[in-house]
Amino acid sequence: MFIEILKGLGTTLKHSFQPRITLQYPEEKRPVRPRFKGRHELKRYDNGLEKCIGCSLCAAACPADAIFVEASENSDAERYSPGERYARVYEINMLRCIFCGFCEDACPTEAIVMEHEYELSFYDRASAIYTKDMLLVPPAGAPDTPQQVAPGSFNRSIPDMHNPD
Amino acid sequence: MPEPVSFFVDGQPVTAAPGTIVVDAAKTVGNDIPVFCYHPKLDPVGMCRMCLVEIGMPQRDRATGAAVLDEDGQPKIAWLPKLQTACTTPVAAGMHVRTTTDAVERARKDVVELILTSHPLDCPVCDKGGECPLQNLTMRHGPGSSRFVFDEKIKLEKHVPLGDLIYLDRERCIQCARCTRFQEDIAGDPVIGFDQRGRSLQIVTHSDPGFDSYFSGNTTDICPVGALTTADFRFGARPWELKHSDSICTHCPVGCNLHLNTRRSGVAGDFVIKRVMPRQNELVNETWICDKGRFGQHFATSIDRLTVPLVRRGGQLVEATWDEALAAVAARMQAAPGAVAALAGERLSNEDLFALRRLMEGTGGRVALWPGAMGGGDVVQQVGVGAGTDIARASGDTAIVLVATDLEEEAPVWWLRVRQAATKAGATLDKSRAQLIVLNGRSTTADSCATHVVRYAYGAEAASVTALTAMAAQVRAGQAPPAGVTAEIAGAAQALAAAKNIIVFYGRDGLGYAGSTAVAQACANLLIATGNGGRHNSGLVPVWPHSNTQGAWDMGVRPSGLGAAEFAADAAVVIAAGADPLGDGEQLPGSTFVVAVELFATLTAQRADVVLPARAFTEREGTLTSGERRVQRYYPALPVRGQARADWQIFSQIGEQLGLGKSPVSAAAVMLEISRSVAHYAGINYQALANVEAQWPDVGGSDLYYGGTAFQNNGGLGVQTPTLIERGQAVAALAVAAAAAPPEGLRAVPVAVLYDRSTTFVRSAVMGAHIPAPYVELNAADAARMQVADGARVRLQVQGRSAELTARVNGRAPLGVVLVPQSLGGLVLHSAQPATVERA
Repeated sequence: MFIEILKGLGTTLKHSFQPRITLQYPEEKRPVRPRFKGRHELKRYDNGLEKCIGCSLCAAACPADAIFVEASENSDAERYSPGERYARVYEINMLRCIFCGFCEDACPTEAIVMEHEYELSFYDRASAIYTKDMLLVPPAGAPDTPQQVAPGSFNRSIPDMHNPD
Repeated sequence: MPEPVSFFVDGQPVTAAPGTIVVDAAKTVGNDIPVFCYHPKLDPVGMCRMCLVEIGMPQRDRATGAAVLDEDGQPKIAWLPKLQTACTTPVAAGMHVRTTTDAVERARKDVVELILTSHPLDCPVCDKGGECPLQNLTMRHGPGSSRFVFDEKIKLEKHVPLGDLIYLDRERCIQCARCTRFQEDIAGDPVIGFDQRGRSLQIVTHSDPGFDSYFSGNTTDICPVGALTTADFRFGARPWELKHSDSICTHCPVGCNLHLNTRRSGVAGDFVIKRVMPRQNELVNETWICDKGRFGQHFATSIDRLTVPLVRRGGQLVEATWDEALAAVAARMQAAPGAVAALAGERLSNEDLFALRRLMEGTGGRVALWPGAMGGGDVVQQVGVGAGTDIARASGDTAIVLVATDLEEEAPVWWLRVRQAATKAGATLDKSRAQLIVLNGRSTTADSCATHVVRYAYGAEAASVTALTAMAAQVRAGQAPPAGVTAEIAGAAQALAAAKNIIVFYGRDGLGYAGSTAVAQACANLLIATGNGGRHNSGLVPVWPHSNTQGAWDMGVRPSGLGAAEFAADAAVVIAAGADPLGDGEQLPGSTFVVAVELFATLTAQRADVVLPARAFTEREGTLTSGERRVQRYYPALPVRGQARADWQIFSQIGEQLGLGKSPVSAAAVMLEISRSVAHYAGINYQALANVEAQWPDVGGSDLYYGGTAFQNNGGLGVQTPTLIERGQAVAALAVAAAAAPPEGLRAVPVAVLYDRSTTFVRSAVMGAHIPAPYVELNAADAARMQVADGARVRLQVQGRSAELTARVNGRAPLGVVLVPQSLGGLVLHSAQPATVERA
């Protein structure tokens, strides 16, 4: 028995000379893997228009019923996204979300992407509901939506795809 | 009934009536042959080729005519060399149909592939996505990949307003012609059609304003793709997110069965009605509704709804609790026993009317229907149409008589069904047309397919029906119609004499309460004289001004025939429930205590001393009785606005305060009381009203290709109350009250228009452009004499009242008559009146 105790203490002694792996969170943060599924973001095209077309397929795919989408109609005077339809209301209840990523898979325009933010905590239930302006990424250098555009310039909701070569 | 024929679908024996087409017959044994252009209500055209099947007939020996047998002793089948369209092929005895062979499967794949060559892949943004026949049939029968080059897909306009209600997406259209065939055959408004051909084929409208039809919304329901969408629902929600509630349309006496599709909306998350869909009831509205019913429900969620009880304190209406408000009403009623007058509006359900009558009986007060512009409900109880009457399928031995009604304006779906009987234009095996006899003082849409049109002078409505009855009796007795009558009248009398069934619709065109009561009795006398009252496919149908007027008569609430001021003359308390006498241009005695039970702050509610907020029909249960005396049940669809209560609750709670017994616990309990105390409602309860049985055609079942999921009726088909004749009692013809002599000179005649400025309809913003400014219609000769041009402003004076309106000279008004559409904000007329018109 004495030998076993010494063996155990030896393991402890060995580990006290090895490099430490405990991170001092929240001062220190470990970068997440590229495919980590954190908080959702609603992406934009380079011209600033929203990729989301309000089709509600993410809400349909969501197993936790965490997403609420209400669509409305674009006009060339007030354009949010290409095509006729955009999301007037887009909400995700982060308390319900199980971060499965089905919404990403369902999205026909790659508008919703699960990014790397994982620090989601709230003081009340209402603030767990992320609204569209919280989810939408800022327009990097491009004009914000709604945009006024020339008539007929964005009449397709879903970008043209091509046959694979 | 012709002998049914037997044939085989995939070896399975099927029997069907001769003339049935293969698609329908196969469906009766659960074989869903896919279709796009075929619709069970429309004549087949065989345009889309989706229904291709193999068809064969047993071979017969040319010499002997005997069936040729194969080695096994079975009849040898001669298969047609090419595939046949199942939607245009009628069944034949011994026919064999194969629907699952390789050739058929390949043909379906090819048709889907071809249709998809020019159909955009925008299902994610398409309103039909989720309930789309093309989507469903592509999943079930499509090839999975295409041999066509995606980049060569043609791209067309996606936002083409056909009218301000219906939008067309040109590239989604698969050119099935369901919409154009519906408009031509069913609605009788061929205002849309095909233009160009081949790849350039497109739907265009050729009316001004575009797509000018009361039935335009139905085309979006039957469109098998998302090419036609309504302005109201466009991008409103995905079909799978919607909740369904069964309801009844409250706009006219037809009682169309509705589905209310509701969903949370906006950041606030309030429930709203996203769209209104027809619910199949083959004896009421089939699968159609008019645009007033489809787009006219926005009042229920209007922001100006009353939500809290209001009590007048210090001259101001201030918010109060229900207990305070009810106690205030009860105290006033207790202080004035027997001096309570209640005006029951025609919004109220049967339960509300019954509870109000009970309250008035308990307190010695009196109750009248308001505005009560039309009479004859008691006559309808005697000789109304019999149980199971099917107007649209009336055949050649039936005469349909329209008296003093502009059916398309007053009850559009009845017009659609009467037109169906008179033209047999859609898909129907029985092509023999009913005789349509139209009696009116002016031309109406019904003249377009009438067999006989009889014109009377306004004022001679009842007299002309009585004369026609006498003439029909003469013809029946073998005499010729008297000399001197026009060919039209003689023809009408002959048609009536020959008819086995007679359905009479009577209305109030140009009439008031007294006039329409006389017309009702005259029509009843016609039916009694020919033995056609109150039996199956025969009887009287009142074209009431509101959805539950018949229910009011049944509940014992009748028009008083008086103005509001006379009716309430010595009353200390006036209860105006869903009635707005001040808004109708009437007065209430200044000293009375007025209680308004209302949805909105109407003029009467503003004048009231206590205002009690009522629930809209979307927030409560209830029943309405249609003009065909069908009691139909509606269900709650939305959460209650504010503190509103159902009208029957309000009345029985006032009664509770007055010691008239406890308030019933539910609307169903009130209906039980009704069935106990109203003789012809015996046996009617909420369970009976919720009964459904299988209907043909089967739309909205497991297959979705006939149309949207919303058509299916799970909420009940309703129950028709028996007429006095059906209850075995004799009904005698009564003398018709003589009409007052028509006034000399120019007469103003009240007529109804569908799109009016009524309290409920005016709140549908989407219909705003369709509600005309107040106008009058003048005869061209009168207009020329007064030097009034079409579109000019005129001043109409009737009995000291006057209004400035726009004149229309459109050929509809007879000489010496000014047609004054009601509920548009112009002058309120209760009967034909002498009038003067001058240029403003």
